[in-house]
Amino acid sequence: MSNILIVENIIKNFGDFRALNNVSIEVPEGSIFGLLGPNGAGKTTLIRIINQITLPDQGKVYLSGNELKPNDIQSIGYLPEERGLYKNMKVGEQAIYLAMLKGMTQADAKSSLKYWFDKFDIGSWWNKKIQELSKGQAQKVQFVVTVMHKPKLLIFDEVFSGFDPINANIIRDEILQLRDEGATVIFSTHRMESVEELCDHIALINKADKILEGDLNEIKKEFKTNTFEVGLITDNKESIQKELAEKFEISIANFKSLEDKLKLNIQVKGNDSIPDLVQFLNSKGILNHFVEVIPSVHDIFVKAVKQSDNE
Amino acid sequence: MSKLKLIIKREFLAKVRNKSFIIMTILSPLLMVGLTALIVFLNIKNSEEQRTITYVDESQLFSDIFIDTETTTYEDLTELGVEAAKVATQSSGYYGLLFIPEKDTITTVEKTIEFYSEDAAGISIITGLETKIAKRIRNIKLKNLEIDLQKIEQSDTNVTILTSKFSGEKSSKIGSILKMIAGGGFGYLIFMFIIIYGTSVMRSVIEEKTNRIIEVIISSVKPFQLMLGKIIGNAFAGILQFIIWIISASLLMVMLAMVFGADMSALSTSSPAMSPEMIEQMKQSTEGNLTLVLQEIKNLPLAAMFFSFIFYFLGGYLTYSSIYAAIGAAVDSETDTQQFMMPVMLPLMIAIYVGFSVIENPHGSIAVGFSIFPLTSPIVMLMRIPFGVPPLQIAISMLLLILTFFAIVFFAAKIYRIGILMYGKKPTYKDLYKWLRY
Repeated sequence: MSNILIVENIIKNFGDFRALNNVSIEVPEGSIFGLLGPNGAGKTTLIRIINQITLPDQGKVYLSGNELKPNDIQSIGYLPEERGLYKNMKVGEQAIYLAMLKGMTQADAKSSLKYWFDKFDIGSWWNKKIQELSKGQAQKVQFVVTVMHKPKLLIFDEVFSGFDPINANIIRDEILQLRDEGATVIFSTHRMESVEELCDHIALINKADKILEGDLNEIKKEFKTNTFEVGLITDNKESIQKELAEKFEISIANFKSLEDKLKLNIQVKGNDSIPDLVQFLNSKGILNHFVEVIPSVHDIFVKAVKQSDNE
Repeated sequence: MSKLKLIIKREFLAKVRNKSFIIMTILSPLLMVGLTALIVFLNIKNSEEQRTITYVDESQLFSDIFIDTETTTYEDLTELGVEAAKVATQSSGYYGLLFIPEKDTITTVEKTIEFYSEDAAGISIITGLETKIAKRIRNIKLKNLEIDLQKIEQSDTNVTILTSKFSGEKSSKIGSILKMIAGGGFGYLIFMFIIIYGTSVMRSVIEEKTNRIIEVIISSVKPFQLMLGKIIGNAFAGILQFIIWIISASLLMVMLAMVFGADMSALSTSSPAMSPEMIEQMKQSTEGNLTLVLQEIKNLPLAAMFFSFIFYFLGGYLTYSSIYAAIGAAVDSETDTQQFMMPVMLPLMIAIYVGFSVIENPHGSIAVGFSIFPLTSPIVMLMRIPFGVPPLQIAISMLLLILTFFAIVFFAAKIYRIGILMYGKKPTYKDLYKWLRY
């Protein structure tokens, strides 16, 4: 899989403040790429550099293998976190204006807009002014405006904010469909559950430095601790717990179950010691719960950021 | 269509479709004409007002100078004596009573004349009476000095100096007045345009910031393109408005003149900027002959005035509106603009004040200085142009304006570029300086 976007050694200073420190990322074509980081880490600055809103002090950005040039904005659809539309302008007229600024002809803009308005069933809004729409409705228009020029790279900054759960689902499905049709999506958000659900690649930026990047499954493998969540039905919980504590790192686990049983998180040294553990547990009672603990994006985020803060 | 054109079109339409624009465009000429009509009406009414002034002339020296006019009737109450005359004047509702006492010498008389009235008497009335009495007293004094009055009258002279330039061109007072009106009018027009449409550019920038659409837009176009499009679009809307104003105001004026059938020279009294002498000369000039005025208009450097108007209009508006755009970008709401408005308004106000002295003395050092200084030159130089300005001064002034324009647009664009993406914090001058270095 080739990379649609390559960001190479970007440095950006605002006066004495360094917003991005030698940041490089590679976004594979057709991926949904999560760009994560605490507030003020430099995500928005990086996104603005990719959109040529801000120029980097050093470093280069390549889109589809070529260095970024002014016309490339036509191939990018950007939904900023701070977003809005002209309140006094009519929906249709405004969408056509914004599409033409992206380089579409008026006819193309009209037909594309018709397609999306039919899809979302919002054709009746054409002659309404934005100020007559609700916030969620305006957000829908804003989404259409972002994608209507069929960009190959989509950048969404907190795309779900302002949507109710139903509309958020509609938007999520549209994003997945756009990906399936060949678009690449960069996704910046603080909602870890949507990263978990949508992203296949992530990069984590903390205090101007990129501290993590790659395939989400690979990263999870890296961050897994060989810990298993165990549920054992037994009468003498305390003695078994004591025995286990001598051999493994353990902690009390917390999961739902129907029986009253011993619930533990048990960390093993490696895959080799799993059979021993299972054998031991089987001999002590009925083992009816044995699950590997997979680190969530949330855990990875917190852990990586803490680690980099301590360095 | 190029992006700049698209932006200009949108800005123009957004401005022109705005309700307040439509209302202002229609209402302003009506208001202006209505106000003028009111003033004309009041002037006519005022001059028609009748009043009676009574007098008690114990000295018996002045009775024959009080001759009734269209608006003023005089009544001799000398026989009643001053106290009874006061009562009589008040009870009959007359305007007032002039009392001239009997004294030994004429010099004492002239210091003891009094006027009684219900309220404080109008200055013009008192001045009128004073002039009449002074003339009589002067004549009496001349007689006492045994000077022949007739000879004095014969020696009265009225000189009109015919002025012309070394180049042989004739110039005249009418010409000077026309120059004042043309220069002052152009200068004031630019002043108004900069303030009205500069503020409008600023509002439009703030609107984009508060609507949060700015980042969406500048992911498609360069901030500079957006700023430029906004400035040009607003200028077109402004020019359209001014054209509508001029056409509709002149139409209404013509209609008004026909309705009143009145002499429009009465209008000139309404302009506070003109001294009474100027008005007098204006009247003479309009009453005099129209061909002379037309002749003088032809003598004005019309081509120079036209081209310099275009130049200074564009230069002044573009320079100031980029400052306004930068201010709009720096703040979050219009209330935050105050601290930055002061330095922008100052040179404009100075230019207008200097303009008054330019009209008096178009080639004085103040006039020359401010017509070269780039932030005031669009207004001050335009006021000077009709009087003829040495080409070197115009060249320096224009060059400086162009250089300043580029410098200001450069810095304004930098502030604009950074400012439009800054939310929340009210910036200080220090912040602005920092942005310039980003």
